[in-house]
Amino acid sequence: MGSALVLIFAIMSVTSRKLLRAAIYLLFVLIGVAIFYLVLDYMFLAAVQIVVYMGGIVVLFIFSILLTSHLSEKLQVVKPLEFIIAALVSLIGAGVALSVISTHTFKPVVADSPEITVFEIGTQLLSYGKYGYVLPFEVISVLLLAAMIAAIVIAKREKKPES
Amino acid sequence: MIEDIPLSHILIVSTLIFFIGVYGFLTRKNMITMLISVELVLNAVNINFVAINRYLYPERLEGHFFALFVIGIAAAEAAVAIAIFINLYRNIRSIDVDEVTEMKY
Repeated sequence: MGSALVLIFAIMSVTSRKLLRAAIYLLFVLIGVAIFYLVLDYMFLAAVQIVVYMGGIVVLFIFSILLTSHLSEKLQVVKPLEFIIAALVSLIGAGVALSVISTHTFKPVVADSPEITVFEIGTQLLSYGKYGYVLPFEVISVLLLAAMIAAIVIAKREKKPES
Repeated sequence: MIEDIPLSHILIVSTLIFFIGVYGFLTRKNMITMLISVELVLNAVNINFVAINRYLYPERLEGHFFALFVIGIAAAEAAVAIAIFINLYRNIRSIDVDEVTEMKY
């Protein structure tokens, strides 16, 4: 039931002809994904999803949509040939993936694992022993710094040459 | 709570979200909507990581950390992409992929 709603919003966000509405539908899809994480007992991940996606990325999308287009502007209708090709590609891909999922039998471990605390996540994220994740953590921190500097440099207005 | 939901249902939902994202990426012309489709794809992959981690290896946290890193990389990618869009719009007044051919050759 809830997942059907998420799917409907996902379809609307890729077919809506108004940019701002597409962004808002994306927001609903992201809320649905956060609810999935909550159902799976990953509280911290759900919080990160809400903070980063809804607080950061969607707001960024809405800002850039407002900066680069007019509200009344509508996107052009998809050409029939493109529609057929894209629909065919995604339907075939989905068919293959779904048939694999339905034929494979998973053996879930039903053991009710204790709830994962933020303390556990933090110590494992920063440990350098077995199952430690300190190297990817450092790499992603450098990546985020580089992305931040790059975004500032790219979006900066070029200085006009002084005449 | 999660005993009521079989793993395959979550995988089916994430597959459908993934291919909805692929469809959007192939049909859209505006760059921001293409980026929205990419976000859908990344979210589908995240759901897969987390669900498989939770159902098959509940004592480990690998999928959890991968999902965290994917979220971080998605944020960085969106920031850089939107900076590029704003710069493009400033220079050629459009962010449709059909009209951005200046840097092609």
